[in-house]
Amino acid sequence: MSYKGKFRVWRGEGGEGRLEDFTVEVNEGEVVLDVIHRLQATQAPDLAVRWNCKAGKCGSCSMEINGKPRLGCMTRMSTFTEDETITVTPMRTFPVIKDLVTDVSYNYQKAREIPSFTPPKDVKPGEYRMQQIDVERSQEFRKCIECFMCNNVCHVIRDHEENKTHFAGPRFLMRIAELDMHPYDVADRKDSAQEDHGLGYCNITKCCTEVCPEHIKITDNALIPMKERVVDRKYDPLVWLGNKIFRR
Amino acid sequence: MTQQTAESPARKQRAQLKVRTLRTDRWWLAPALTFAGLTFFLIYGFWAIFDKSYFVEPYIAPFSSPCLTTACPEGARLFGWAPIGDWFTLPPGLIILGLPAGFRFTCYYYRKSYYRSFWLSPPACAVGEPHKKYTGETRLPLVIQNVHRYFFYGAILIGAILSYDAVLALIHKPAGLGTWILLVNAALIVLYTLSCHSCRHITAGRLNHFSKHPLRYRAWTFVSKLNAKHMQLAWASLFSVMIADFYVRMVAKGVITFPFA
Repeated sequence: MSYKGKFRVWRGEGGEGRLEDFTVEVNEGEVVLDVIHRLQATQAPDLAVRWNCKAGKCGSCSMEINGKPRLGCMTRMSTFTEDETITVTPMRTFPVIKDLVTDVSYNYQKAREIPSFTPPKDVKPGEYRMQQIDVERSQEFRKCIECFMCNNVCHVIRDHEENKTHFAGPRFLMRIAELDMHPYDVADRKDSAQEDHGLGYCNITKCCTEVCPEHIKITDNALIPMKERVVDRKYDPLVWLGNKIFRR
Repeated sequence: MTQQTAESPARKQRAQLKVRTLRTDRWWLAPALTFAGLTFFLIYGFWAIFDKSYFVEPYIAPFSSPCLTTACPEGARLFGWAPIGDWFTLPPGLIILGLPAGFRFTCYYYRKSYYRSFWLSPPACAVGEPHKKYTGETRLPLVIQNVHRYFFYGAILIGAILSYDAVLALIHKPAGLGTWILLVNAALIVLYTLSCHSCRHITAGRLNHFSKHPLRYRAWTFVSKLNAKHMQLAWASLFSVMIADFYVRMVAKGVITFPFA
């Protein structure tokens, strides 16, 4: 069953641009990315859109559909009514290269600022021995497909460009939590999470969790546990005293 | 550190959409309901703290428990004690109010709810917030939110006292409706307290080797299951404590008089 769907799509380069109206054929079973591709094929051959797997696993087609950060390939057209106008814009936190394609290099910069996995010096590769229960918390965070929608929706940088210099965003604070929970990681990550990567800016309003296409409980399982670990280190005198007495 | 304003060149490279949000759903409904629910609780709490009808044998209203001054009727005193003495003449609820109020105020779930509904930071996901600057919980006063675990310890105490009150009511009036209201309330308060993120961290969340601490790991697993329902428990216990408190006060005032009250 086909119908003519009404779309408003952001067109422009480097921030300058406008929403353009299109009427495009929509077929049963299609997702928004399918319609964007049809638009590209039939009416706007220069429309720029980043995509790759069309299976919700590469994280390339992040965009904002009716104002919500979504993967174009995972947003079914059947979730909209036929008379609804669907507005498609690029992620609003990152600079626009062209149309729906944004420059997400902020995220790669933040990734590079986090020290990599640091095992004890006396344990060599191949000697790691871990039980499943010791690593399964971190495994949830490994599901991340780096679509960067969590960083895009986070108001700390979405509404405050100035915070980009000192806030890593939920994706990379989750990476810090993943490493800090690792049984073989010995790097000190608690102080740096707070001082260098801006964990204190997070006010746990859970938008990162709401938009995650992998349904990772970013706030409950990574950010809040990491905040509690920082409290152990910086704000809890009893833990500090216990560590002194028992020389932990 | 480079400081950039909202008009910075970097900001201008983003899509220049001049609207606060393009969301078409009712994104305002959740913060509006939260605002209404929390405001109602604050108004009720203010009234209840200053209301004097907080005890009727064998029930004590949760907002006024434990009663620690000689001004409290004897049956209302915790273990018959009155450690505060007679110098405190204000309503007894004021003495212990700080513990449950502080616990809820610094709770990770309530922080999310009032940051969204009262401070609009942000009001909903992908909806612009009205503030020009944002420093989050990095400095005073919000850095104080990090004391949450100390309020958790206090909340455990309050949960135990409310459970004790409910058990006393069960012993003295097992068929009373008030007894069962107090029991349900105590259970919800205890479950909400145990589902706290700080509790989850204290049980074993701070460990990196669960396998070396099997008992703590089991406790963490249990608390994690409760923690997944933290929001629901927060609201359920918020309303249960109001309902239980209001019921006891109505019985104490003689408004509710049926035989199994």
